[in-house]
Amino acid sequence: MSGLVLKGVSREFGPVKAVNDVDLEVPNGRFVCLLGPSGCGKTTLLRMIAGLDVPTAGTISIDGEDITRLPTHKRNLGMVFQSLALFPHLTVGGNIAYALRIRGLSKEEQARRVEELLALVHLPGYADRAVSKLSGGQRQRVAIARALAVSPRLFLLDEPLSALDAKLREAMQVELRQLQQQLGITTIVVTHDQREAMTMADTVIVMQGGEIRQAASPVEIYRKPADTFVADFIGSTNLIDIARDGDRGVLLGRPAAIALPYGVSKATLSIRPEDVELTAPSPDLPEATVTFVRDLGGTIEFFLDAGGAQVVAVTSPRARPEVAIGDRVGLRLDPGRSVVLTR
Amino acid sequence: MRREPARGFAQHMPVIFPGLMLTVFFIVPFGTMVVVSFFRRQQGGFYVPDFVLANYARFLTPFFGNVLAFSLYLAVAVAVVSLVVAVPFTYLIARSRRRTQVIWLVALLSILSLSEVIIGFAWSTLLSRTAGITNLLVRFGLMEAPKALVPGFGAVLTGMVYQAMPYAVLVLYPSMVRLDPTLTEAARTLGASPLKAFFTVVLPALRTTLIATLIMAFIFALGSYLLPQILGRPSHWTLSVLITDQALYQSNMPFAAAMAVFLVLVSLALVTLTMFVGKKLEA
Repeated sequence: MSGLVLKGVSREFGPVKAVNDVDLEVPNGRFVCLLGPSGCGKTTLLRMIAGLDVPTAGTISIDGEDITRLPTHKRNLGMVFQSLALFPHLTVGGNIAYALRIRGLSKEEQARRVEELLALVHLPGYADRAVSKLSGGQRQRVAIARALAVSPRLFLLDEPLSALDAKLREAMQVELRQLQQQLGITTIVVTHDQREAMTMADTVIVMQGGEIRQAASPVEIYRKPADTFVADFIGSTNLIDIARDGDRGVLLGRPAAIALPYGVSKATLSIRPEDVELTAPSPDLPEATVTFVRDLGGTIEFFLDAGGAQVVAVTSPRARPEVAIGDRVGLRLDPGRSVVLTR
Repeated sequence: MRREPARGFAQHMPVIFPGLMLTVFFIVPFGTMVVVSFFRRQQGGFYVPDFVLANYARFLTPFFGNVLAFSLYLAVAVAVVSLVVAVPFTYLIARSRRRTQVIWLVALLSILSLSEVIIGFAWSTLLSRTAGITNLLVRFGLMEAPKALVPGFGAVLTGMVYQAMPYAVLVLYPSMVRLDPTLTEAARTLGASPLKAFFTVVLPALRTTLIATLIMAFIFALGSYLLPQILGRPSHWTLSVLITDQALYQSNMPFAAAMAVFLVLVSLALVTLTMFVGKKLEA
């Protein structure tokens, strides 16, 4: 297969399994985000792909060539580090030209390529600046340009935007995605920010405890989470216990038009807050009491107590129901927009 | 930022105190030495106030010129060798685990507790024909017969590098530990082998520290006068040995002072030059 293929990759640090038996295929030209809480093994996995760490088991290959034990400097990659790791003794141009200098390109070629890359990251004419004189966003761009200098096979980024403030980060996410589309380069980004992953990636890979919990497109991850961890980690969700009663499910004490898989008697229903509709109380619908209303202007969140289970509903100001704290309401849960999770 | 002019004694303390220390412990002794260097020597070990240039004139003979040249050469050699040994050593320590770091540093610092005399005689034994390391080489079949490596230039250099190493490591260590390890990783992802990354990223990033270490080891070696006598021949004696000889045994204080002043001026000039070159490299 063409592209990056990981087979049964594990990395143990003493008794700790940082990465446990990971299988992964990244076709050429894809943008993949490794997403998970800190300590989930995502950075270790990226470092093994980069060759900065060696798996204790399994193989890594690119376009059919086994690179599991190939030293980093022979892999032809571009990597952006969390600390950016810009060389303090070199100028912007010197940093970007480093990989070209190592490969013995002539001074003229280096200068030409540096200007090309600086134009690509929207910093034309910055070649002679000192790295220490740049702003956070500019350093970020220099680090990206440096990693792309030799047109690498793989573009790896480890929490690249975490040092930027929120506004700049959002702008850079869009820019990074556009850059990747323009170059068509296989890109793997490690992040703990699900918004970042959803914005940029073709494929989001959710990791936890050293294992891949789900690998799918952002929308599918959001709409069809594979388990309760993914459902809870991506966006916010309501996780409600659901039990079997004959053919139907029982939800919050009321029969629901949601079928449980065959042979399963108990499961969890995941439904997004925006898919919970508040209506007048009715004998067919689960009932709840409004405990708190958070009006954020753009969205309004209703915190509800449904017989001990906490449920959150979100609406827009236009669809705002006329309810106040202490009111009894009926909950309309759209079966088509909820997922039954058995683990 | 504009600051209020300092008023009163307390606010002037940050300037007064160091100024006082510098005056008492540097300017006054060095000034005395400069003054004495122009005094005239009398027979019998005394000297009287005067202004003669004879002490400096005597100094400008080929003999003393050679000794000065050798002193500077030795100090430069010690500084360079110390740096070449200390840099990889410190780099490996800084990259190891905390526990390992502490053990190595304590072992290294314990060298500082040894007196120069002990170091000198230990090395002269180690390098001797009868009990020296050449016997080991003979045992392993690497040499025909044991050989005396002392006295000689190599022995002087070895002893002085041994003595200067802990200081060099102490100057290098803080910067090496603080150096972001991802800098080397970044260099490797960009196509540099680990060795190339060391020379193109680690060393240039530490340039200022390297120059500081070089200067410190140079000045340290310039003042050494015991080891050249224990481990070297008279041709390996430094200007410091001659100064001591003139001051203590020949009782020619004005001449010793003149040599000392000259040594200080030459080394100051060299240090300035090194710093200037370092600045140039940085630009």
